[in-house]
Amino acid sequence: MSVSRRDFLKSSAAASAAAAVGMSVPSELQARSEQAQSGWRWDKAACRFCGTGCGIMMATKNGRIVAVKGDPAAPVNRGLNCIKGYFNAKIMYGADRLKTPLLRVDDNGNFSKKGQFKPVSWKRAFDEMEVHIKKALKASGPEGVGVFASGQYTVMEGYAAQKMMKGGFRSNAIDPNARHCMASAVVGFYQTFGIDEPAGCYDDIELTDTVVSWGSNMAEMHPILWSRVTDRKLSDPDRVKVINMSTYTHRTSDLADIEIIFTPNTDMAMWNYIAREIVYNHPEAIDWDFVKKYIVFASQPVNMGYGMRRSDEKSVQQGKYDGKEMETLRKEMRKEVSDTEAPALSVFGYKEGDMMENKPAGLKHWEISFEEYKRFLEPYTLDYVARISKGDPDEPLDQFKQKLQTLANLYIEKGRKVVSFWTMGMNQHTRGSWTNTLSYNVHFMLNKQARPGSGAFSLTGQPSACGTAREVGTFAHRLPADMMVKNPKHRKITEDRWKIPNGTLNPVGNQHIMKIHRDIEDGVVKFAWVNVCNAYQDSANAHHWIKAAREMDNFIVTSDGYPGISAKVSDLVLPSAMIYEKWGAYGNAERRTQHWRQQVVPVGDAMSDTWQWVELSKRFTVKDLWGGYTLRNGVKLPDVVGEAKKMGYSEDTTMFDILFANEEARSYKLDQNDPIQRGYDNSEGYGDFRNVVGSDGKVFEGYGFFIHKYLFEEYAWFGRGHGHDLADFDTYHRVRGLKWPVVDGKETQWRFNSKYDPYAKKENYGDFAFYGTLAKALSQGNLTGITDKTKKSLKNKAKIFARPYMDPPEKPDAEYDTWLCTGRVLEHWHSGTMTMRVPELYRAVPEALCYMHPRDAQDKGLKQGGLCWVESRRGKVKARVETRGRNRPPRGLVFVPWFDEKVFINKVCLDATCPMSKQTDFKKCAVKIYQA
Amino acid sequence: MSNNNLESEKKMSKKQGEQNSARRTFLLNTARGLGLAALGGLVWSAYVDEVTASQLLLRPPGAIEEEEFLKTCIKCGLCVEHCPFDTLELAKPGDNKPLGTPYFIPREVPCYMCTDIPCVPVCPTNALEEKLVSNDEGELDITKAQMGLAVVDVENCIAFWGIQCDACYRACPLLDEAITLEYSKNERTGKHAFLKPVVHSDACTGCGLCERACVTEKAAIFVLPKEVAQGKVGDHYIKGWDAEDEKRLENAFGEETKTELSERSPMDSLNDMGGLLDE
Repeated sequence: MSVSRRDFLKSSAAASAAAAVGMSVPSELQARSEQAQSGWRWDKAACRFCGTGCGIMMATKNGRIVAVKGDPAAPVNRGLNCIKGYFNAKIMYGADRLKTPLLRVDDNGNFSKKGQFKPVSWKRAFDEMEVHIKKALKASGPEGVGVFASGQYTVMEGYAAQKMMKGGFRSNAIDPNARHCMASAVVGFYQTFGIDEPAGCYDDIELTDTVVSWGSNMAEMHPILWSRVTDRKLSDPDRVKVINMSTYTHRTSDLADIEIIFTPNTDMAMWNYIAREIVYNHPEAIDWDFVKKYIVFASQPVNMGYGMRRSDEKSVQQGKYDGKEMETLRKEMRKEVSDTEAPALSVFGYKEGDMMENKPAGLKHWEISFEEYKRFLEPYTLDYVARISKGDPDEPLDQFKQKLQTLANLYIEKGRKVVSFWTMGMNQHTRGSWTNTLSYNVHFMLNKQARPGSGAFSLTGQPSACGTAREVGTFAHRLPADMMVKNPKHRKITEDRWKIPNGTLNPVGNQHIMKIHRDIEDGVVKFAWVNVCNAYQDSANAHHWIKAAREMDNFIVTSDGYPGISAKVSDLVLPSAMIYEKWGAYGNAERRTQHWRQQVVPVGDAMSDTWQWVELSKRFTVKDLWGGYTLRNGVKLPDVVGEAKKMGYSEDTTMFDILFANEEARSYKLDQNDPIQRGYDNSEGYGDFRNVVGSDGKVFEGYGFFIHKYLFEEYAWFGRGHGHDLADFDTYHRVRGLKWPVVDGKETQWRFNSKYDPYAKKENYGDFAFYGTLAKALSQGNLTGITDKTKKSLKNKAKIFARPYMDPPEKPDAEYDTWLCTGRVLEHWHSGTMTMRVPELYRAVPEALCYMHPRDAQDKGLKQGGLCWVESRRGKVKARVETRGRNRPPRGLVFVPWFDEKVFINKVCLDATCPMSKQTDFKKCAVKIYQA
Repeated sequence: MSNNNLESEKKMSKKQGEQNSARRTFLLNTARGLGLAALGGLVWSAYVDEVTASQLLLRPPGAIEEEEFLKTCIKCGLCVEHCPFDTLELAKPGDNKPLGTPYFIPREVPCYMCTDIPCVPVCPTNALEEKLVSNDEGELDITKAQMGLAVVDVENCIAFWGIQCDACYRACPLLDEAITLEYSKNERTGKHAFLKPVVHSDACTGCGLCERACVTEKAAIFVLPKEVAQGKVGDHYIKGWDAEDEKRLENAFGEETKTELSERSPMDSLNDMGGLLDE
């Protein structure tokens, strides 16, 4: 577009005049004005993809994002990116971008489950949602309305969704895909520290001597961090050691001094082996001053199952699980103790061949003595651990033992700093919560935790798994800032802040993501909404959930930028604004919060998820939602309509007025004189030049206030003063992110360390203070049970847990003779809805391959490059055989990434979860492979 | 039901695949006919340009030296027919390539390096020679193929900017042999490293999977015929630090050298005072 000199003068003058009087500037005019000045505009943002949290700059021109550059000022990446980040500018403009709501209708235009998708208005879309939500509430109460939420939500939209779900619908059936990703890490943090999120930060990389990667292919999944690890290794190649712990060879082995290929699940045994080495063979390495002052030891029940469906659940009773599936499912009730786990379980009173009766154990644990912990460690000799852990049948046992010994020595070596990183390998694990805590055990005994250059550090997969899913609390059981729905005090704090009646919030938060799927299959959840994720591609045992969505009486909605699997199995599809088409904020794995402004107006009639939630809230009034309910388990939610009236609301006050457009919200002004807002679109605030016809059938002209700032500030209030302090909204627009807690304008690098963390210092407890408050009073007992119910306070202390190696529920056998592990590739993000639409990334990796050992391929009569079936008890997919290249499994294991909807590997995976964290184990199930 | 939708979609794409392959067979037969026609009657010199162009062509695995190949290939298209990935094409008129001869363009479809190399044994004239893709035991071994050599344009390869890419490296079927990563510190950021791809000619087969995977607009790693891509050092200097390099001594004969200065006999030089006494 060319701009004449006359046009230039006109548009520049109009823009500054508009700015001066604080009125909105139509985007087109604004864009022209900027173009006149430089042709394009640069502004900072965060990368859309992983949990690393790289800072980027976006260039916009004529209302389109045209280019991206790494932000040289961003401390995480200093101007660099990986190749997903390199394509941030291209992810929003795929040819099949969703531009209008789509509803399944019959020939007469009425909604029909069997209908084909046809475009409908936003008004019609909300009409349908309203009808079906009311139907679901009538049939099942608040438990009947579910949301598949996201670790890719912006902070604001996650907060809006959470507020409407929990405060409005009184439903806790909102749970993010982050459940699949780091829930085990969270339980690990809660149980160990009493507060969520890592002690350390990325600066540990530059300060450490040893990087041990446990079940994390950092080279592909956190490339920018990996390049920092590489730099550290190059800085001092003899001193710095890198160890890769994995079930197959992958690119993280490239730089490794030692590669340890282990049998799936045996990471637990190896952690306990290292602990045993410390306690039995190097007791001098234990920092007793530290341990005595800051640590208690703990135990818990071990017969807690594997997070699969239990035999009394409706769909199991109805026979929706066939004989093959039941072979594995039965183990949820009882399981025979195997020879591999028997030695580890001996101290808990089990021997090989015993039948272990499983029952839900929750998060129960109790304090034990060090002597009990020592007794617990006794079985983990090098012989035992090497026997069960060696993952490559072709590796000599002695060599494997030698490596384990070296690994332990590196941890133990006095003066050697060690960072343990992990991602999905340790979290997606039927004992994931346990394994997470086992990592802290080792670091604590050596006093190598929460210190610069030393610590166990959970890397998150998603860009805002920390910032939104965890900190905002878009989990079934959580409220903002580490508060819990089951805690009456926490509910009251939230209700008061939200200005909703006491008693509104639902105390039962058990509908985690797999439970929502299962509740749909059981016919309880009748309305489900997929937000910023791809719940029908990303969940294991997918066939069941897809069948339930399509064949049962329910209404499934997906909001997305593109037509992925979830959209395909939905009844209504809503076109969502993508990341840079809205104001937003993400929080990365090192507690760094980063904000960006709306860079461009969304394409088509797409609108942000925040807008979708806020518009939905207009459809529901006090009397619609706040009457009494009795939940499935008998818990009664009181009728709070009367209370609401006392607060000045009427029966007909909408949730919009209470939750989103209240007086406080309206105090956040739109202001074109504000340097943060000046010249930037705000589609929710002003509407925009598209004149999108909104939920009431009229052109949407904006809320008239700065809703994103309101949502952020209200949310941030919860954490300020309690160790979760965030800076104010405007500050984040001036800096390249800050690591919380931000106290007196300063970020915190190492939490719990009094030298660095003002909250630890405030406790005045010594060099450290593990000041988290969750589960900080325990009964006393021994390994197998409680002996004294009196609760003893553990203020400022952390925990070391006695948690044994146990088998996963499904292991290879004669028929299904191979382990299946799934995961990601560098080139694609999650289910590929964005990256598979970037031509360069698509061309680089157009399909998911089945990586296997060449001898396995030969034994099974498979050809390199030929097609094979990967079949489990649950389903099968066809994939191309790859015996060369980036991933090199040992014999007996195959790896298939999950980004490719045409190689729908989650149909094959088992939906077993860690029973504590409810995080699915995508890393192991048994399959057979044969020629297709 | 959506499962059926998904299934039927799969069937659909398979059907399209079949149609594509029918279209392909037609094109193949056309090219074949033309190739044979060319062989039968047309004057070869009309295609001189194509011969020149052929120096830049990538041939199937096992192809003998280009000049011989052009004489030996009877343009029957059997290799193309047996390629399971539709990698190989037969040159058509207007392709500016020797008509009817097989070639591939890795950016479009690379050679997937089948372990059974179906394209080679079917060659009736040994223009594609099994020996060239066999190991010492006489077994077919695709890693012996020398279709070309990957070359990195280090100015446009984003790994050399510090971007964490390495898509070529991960795509390489001989990863860590044909392409390795070279690590070096990024002094600008002070805390990141470059991971730069380096191609090794002794292992690279020229399959082009790297070129296909490269994420830049025009590939910054691309395959050229080996003779075009490679330089050659003389056999008179051996790397003192590399015992392997001694092998080149076999070709060293101490030939007589000649420069402009030395081209005349000593006598002629000595008797020519030239301008020596001019000043």
